[in-house]
Amino acid sequence: MNNIVMQSKESYLEGFEHFEKDSLVNDPTWLRSIRRAAISRFSELGFPTIQDEDWRFTNVGPIVRTPFQLAQNGRIEIDSRELERFTFPGLECNRLVFLNGQYSPELSSIGSRVDVLKLDSLAHALMLDGDLLDEHLARYADFQRDAFLALNTAFMKDGAFVYIPKGAVLKEPIYLLFVSSANASPTVTHPRNLILLEDNSQATIIEDYISLADDVYFSNAVTEVVVGQNSVLSHYIIERESKKAFNISTIRFQQSRSSNVTFHSVLLGGALVRSNVHPVMVGEGSECIINGLFMPTGRQHMDNYMRVEHASPHCDSRQLYKGILDGRSHGVFHGRIIVHKNAQKTDAKQTNKNLLLSNEAQIDTKPQLEIYADDVKCTHGATIGQMDQNAIFYLRSRGISEDTSRVLLLLAFAGESLQRMKVEPIRRGLEEIVTQRFAQGKPLDSVL
Amino acid sequence: MLKKPMLEIRNLHVKVNDQEILNGVDLKVNAGEVHSIMGPNGSGKSTLAQVLAGRDTYEVTEGEIIYQGKNLLEIKPEERACMGIFMAFQYPVEILGVNNTYLLRTALNAQRKFRGLEPMKPVEFAKLLKEKAKIVQMSDDLLQRSVNEGFSGGEKKRNEIFQMAVLEPTLGILDETDSGLDIDALKIVANGVNAMRSKERAFIVITHYQRLLNYIVPDYVHVLVDGKIVKSGGKELAFELESKGYTWIEEEDRTAIPANA
Ligand SMILES: Nc1ncnc2c1ncn2[C@@H]1O[C@H](COP(=O)(O)OP(=O)(O)O)[C@@H](O)[C@H]1O
Ligand SMILES: [Mg+2]
Repeated sequence: MNNIVMQSKESYLEGFEHFEKDSLVNDPTWLRSIRRAAISRFSELGFPTIQDEDWRFTNVGPIVRTPFQLAQNGRIEIDSRELERFTFPGLECNRLVFLNGQYSPELSSIGSRVDVLKLDSLAHALMLDGDLLDEHLARYADFQRDAFLALNTAFMKDGAFVYIPKGAVLKEPIYLLFVSSANASPTVTHPRNLILLEDNSQATIIEDYISLADDVYFSNAVTEVVVGQNSVLSHYIIERESKKAFNISTIRFQQSRSSNVTFHSVLLGGALVRSNVHPVMVGEGSECIINGLFMPTGRQHMDNYMRVEHASPHCDSRQLYKGILDGRSHGVFHGRIIVHKNAQKTDAKQTNKNLLLSNEAQIDTKPQLEIYADDVKCTHGATIGQMDQNAIFYLRSRGISEDTSRVLLLLAFAGESLQRMKVEPIRRGLEEIVTQRFAQGKPLDSVL
Repeated sequence: MLKKPMLEIRNLHVKVNDQEILNGVDLKVNAGEVHSIMGPNGSGKSTLAQVLAGRDTYEVTEGEIIYQGKNLLEIKPEERACMGIFMAFQYPVEILGVNNTYLLRTALNAQRKFRGLEPMKPVEFAKLLKEKAKIVQMSDDLLQRSVNEGFSGGEKKRNEIFQMAVLEPTLGILDETDSGLDIDALKIVANGVNAMRSKERAFIVITHYQRLLNYIVPDYVHVLVDGKIVKSGGKELAFELESKGYTWIEEEDRTAIPANA
């Protein structure tokens, strides 16, 4: 192991000692022991390298080499108006804002109808709801397997805690906004979210990762979601970090009987992004739809790592990922499906379609099926293509400019993914963002 | 009195992948006229149509095309469309995710903008669409689908004529719009074209079969063989071709003395 890697690991380990000493007198012992276990696991694992099968296409060297400081709690003041340009017009929601990893009550807005559910910061919930958290926190996302997950678990302190009681049907989405802002030196945050849906409930959750400046920072986020029987969840992660930022996230769904999860992942920003999506269908008859759109450009690197586990009979999963790659960017789609021995009548389908807009852009797409049951339906398919020149000429021959023709075709390609997003303000907002990207910053109306 | 033609093609030579496909095509088309171009498979009919529409995979190595007094070869495809050129594709392209109606509205408004007009009001556009859809019997379902996606061959061809009817070009170029159509569909397509014939408008109707010309009666018929127009005449030429076949012309062409020998 080379020096820099050693030093980097050491600095996280030292950082942990300070972290533990500094602020944790009040933390429950169960939490402290999880953190300890996690940091020692991190110490054993070290950072992954491209020799690890799961990290074959993603070199985390830039993260390892950057000396990140734990984001300080010293309060940075920001004006809520600074967030305006990131809002999705028309989105009525309960909003929790986290500034450099820490909950900001001033920037958050929680409506009055919240009495049916719990909507809190994890830090606060740890004091208030210790037992409930003890039962669930870090019980699903397995830090034994993954160094970044272990780091997050060791440093977990704040994030969102959402509890939806039995039978509750939320009309408005819960919007979790993670803001990184003005840091003199590179900082790291470890947002940790826990979302519990009791049986027969229904909710929409949106995680959004943004940055107010073009800073170097590292968001290492983990979300655990427990979906009760017969519950319906629609969950979004929108990643639009700064162009220099690093974002590694893991979302872990624990799905009970007949539960239904639709997960949307949109990767737009960041220099190096890794998105781990890990649903486990533990209850019979559950369904999981994973809908992804990633659009790297320049030198961005975006890695989508799926680990879809069928652990029970009669479950359906769908992975539909679309990549639009420009510049010298690199995209990865690694779609692992694991069908456990008892998971008969599994129906799993995986599709990854990619559009390469430049000769230098690169995509690695890899299906990986591990099937231990015998009565299953598992299919996968991947395509890599370029802009259809025949279609462009067809549109131009009708009088539509070349630029607009390209935008139309790209929107059509991305549209397949965007159309699945049922929260209209989010879908429209993303359409606008996608269009602006393709039209070199011109707004939708002026191009079309 | 000398009238300037709407379109004049002079000594057009076109290459694809270093292979010469058109070698010296001359053609003059005046406003109000319907010209038919007939010819065997591979003679270069589609190449001519595509070059007129501005497809850049075809390389023009010699000659010129003057349209409305302008050098067409210097003009982008979308601008040609805005100047009133419409080409109905022999093989219309399927475009997944782009709505048929949306395409038309975007195209129409782009063309209006080019001509200094305001975008058409949605109500007005809906009315126009309905009126034109009737002519070629386009169903609402087809209008709302992705462009040509999952259309039958006949539906694609009707869609081309429908687009032409909405965009109201000055020069309509139909590339084998009749091929593969049953007689009812053929009549629908022909009616669509005939309804648009006017003193200001011209058509180039490319066809492999004489049958279409029973319904769209041309003023002139040209026979394209091996990238050259080898014979021109009135509509009778089409009947002669039908009874004698293309080999008749090809043989005659071979025995004829080359024009520029
Ligand atoms: N894009 C192309 N690439 C290669 N060859 C082509 C292309 N387009 C046409 N050709 C060739 O040019 C010749 C004329 O084709 P085309 O214009 O389509 O004829 P037609 O429409 O009269 O059947 C054919 O030999 C065809 O194979
Ligand atoms: Mg042809």
